[in-house]
Amino acid sequence: MPALVLLAPTLAAVVVALVPPGRLARAVSVAAALVVLGGGVVLGARCAGGRVEHALGGLVRVDALSALMIIVIGGVATLATAAMGRTLEPGTDRVSRRRARQYGALVQVFLAAMLGAVVAANLGVVWVMVEATTIATTFLVGHRRTRPALEASWKYVVLCSVGIALAFLGLVLLYFASAHTGAGPHAASLDWTGLRRLAPHLDPTVTRVAVGLVVIGFGTKVGLAPMQSWLPDAHSEAPGPVSALMSGVLLTVALYAILRVKVIADLALGAGFVRALLLALGLLSLAVAAALVVAQRDLKRLLAYSSIEHMGLLALAVAAGTPLAVAAALLHVVGHGLTKSVLFLGAGEVHHAESTTTIAEIRALLRRQPGLGAVMAAGLVALAGFPPFSLFASELAMFRAEVDAGLGWAAGVALVVLVVVAGALARAARAILLGPAMPVTRPVPMRALAPLVAALVACAALGVVAWPLATLLHGAAGVLG
Amino acid sequence: MSGLDDGLLDLASVAVLALGVAALWRRDVRALIGLLRAQGVALALVASVEALAGHDVALGATAALVLAVKAVAVPWVLGRVAASDPGAREGAPLINVPSSLVLAAALVGLAVVVGAPLARLSSGHAAALAPLGLATVLVGYLVLVTRRRPLSQIVGLLIIDNGVALVTFLLTSGVPLVIELGGSLDVLLVVVVSTTLVGAMRARIGAEELDELEGLRD
Repeated sequence: MPALVLLAPTLAAVVVALVPPGRLARAVSVAAALVVLGGGVVLGARCAGGRVEHALGGLVRVDALSALMIIVIGGVATLATAAMGRTLEPGTDRVSRRRARQYGALVQVFLAAMLGAVVAANLGVVWVMVEATTIATTFLVGHRRTRPALEASWKYVVLCSVGIALAFLGLVLLYFASAHTGAGPHAASLDWTGLRRLAPHLDPTVTRVAVGLVVIGFGTKVGLAPMQSWLPDAHSEAPGPVSALMSGVLLTVALYAILRVKVIADLALGAGFVRALLLALGLLSLAVAAALVVAQRDLKRLLAYSSIEHMGLLALAVAAGTPLAVAAALLHVVGHGLTKSVLFLGAGEVHHAESTTTIAEIRALLRRQPGLGAVMAAGLVALAGFPPFSLFASELAMFRAEVDAGLGWAAGVALVVLVVVAGALARAARAILLGPAMPVTRPVPMRALAPLVAALVACAALGVVAWPLATLLHGAAGVLG
Repeated sequence: MSGLDDGLLDLASVAVLALGVAALWRRDVRALIGLLRAQGVALALVASVEALAGHDVALGATAALVLAVKAVAVPWVLGRVAASDPGAREGAPLINVPSSLVLAAALVGLAVVVGAPLARLSSGHAAALAPLGLATVLVGYLVLVTRRRPLSQIVGLLIIDNGVALVTFLLTSGVPLVIELGGSLDVLLVVVVSTTLVGAMRARIGAEELDELEGLRD
């Protein structure tokens, strides 16, 4: 099953690269995403109780946490690939048809790389895969070939490559420490289970430097401040489906790498070290998001800053580190993935219909485009953390867990930021949704909105009854305990 | 390891750092690519000396891979892009050369202060040289942040990467081959992707000076 999940987008990438852009390519893309989602659900059911599946000669290792990440990747991928055909109607000339093929294939390569990162048994392979996501997405960010899009992708590839080089240096130091534990140099390993076994014997000085570099390095890809400056540009310049995938899952795939390393760091150094590091990065991210979200005039940049805010919230919960905090954080990963992708895809539709994402230029969506307007309204309500959507439940649970872990003050700071961001979202919502009606340019058909509605319903359902995921969430938190 | 091996290791490791520092004062993009090629050869030498001394077949394969990727393939890709824009020279760097050399010296000092305690974990001769790799990483950062041309920035990125590779060889005699393979492929692809992007920016924006890339600000 894990091999199938990896194979689906890999094969789809080949097919989409070869066949002409159109219905077949779109169907193959969506089918691959559905296979990933289905495979994730099956693996989740199997692994929730603590079972671990191996494949490809031990290179692949799937536990409850991996399975949860596969589900999130599959879910967001299904939404994004379903929307791809809409916002990307290739022209008839050869160049635009070639670029459409390239775009479709790169999205599948991007999916395969993210999946590779969350199922890899070896932290070195996790690193290779996270770097591969940068490579796959650079052209996707610059797909529009406009000047800002090219600038954004340049900034993205340079900053993320530098960050990821630091993470690799950290992993090398971790490997070095694992070769000097008294178990002999042959025990040296970057294999996660192997490292976990050796962790109590790792040299603390080397491990401290190693873990610091890994957290900063992968933190760059999570979009944590002060390494966040690529994020608003990349997320706002990329086409809607790519922004959805980047904001909805890529950030949390990088966070996943930090979670894995944190297990080893906590065993080697005690919980205090990574906690302090993540608290600092998380609070700084919240501060940056709160400061910059207020003045945003562009819908997609607003959403991008909200992503930085949510990554900050996740960093605080992971810093608290109790099983409840981690389970809540993982529920938040699911909810944020769904909500943010709905909003980025909605913003993509807005851009398609109105040719702009500047907040001041979008008016009266609720009257002119009732379907799209309602989806955006519900999405913004969900993102601001209102019930019944699951972000409300997960934020509440994270705050509670932080208070229990003695980090009540940090939860207080987060709450203030939450209110500030909710205010900015409300102001944007009022600006784009309300107002006197103007003529409709290009109404969005219902079938394009159906997947978005389904995702919002799922998000609301998870907020009311988390039971379908509860065992898996606690199983995944148990992996990290 | 014999005395000769130790000597070769010293020489090659110092060369990696020295070539990185040299990138701080060369402005001609083609000269920078030449430095990068030489750095790749020096790195491959480090790996092969260790492979021979330790009779390590996997590390020998890694040395060949490093030579192929860092000394041949990457410079070739960069050279092709540079050739499409002959006479490309870096304008005045953001920090003048003497100051940047002083800064580089300070960074080398910092690398020794940070690196020496780490290297102490191993008693080998190679591990003691590890601070040279850290210093190369820091010098690569300096190149990256003081250069404006996209191609010179890629060179900075690759110097960082070479520094990390040097640390890898000196401290742990390389990482497992599968990671080495994946990592090398990633580096090659990053270079291909970023040089293609440079081509697209040149076509779209014309003036390549990154100073003028100010469209995205909050």
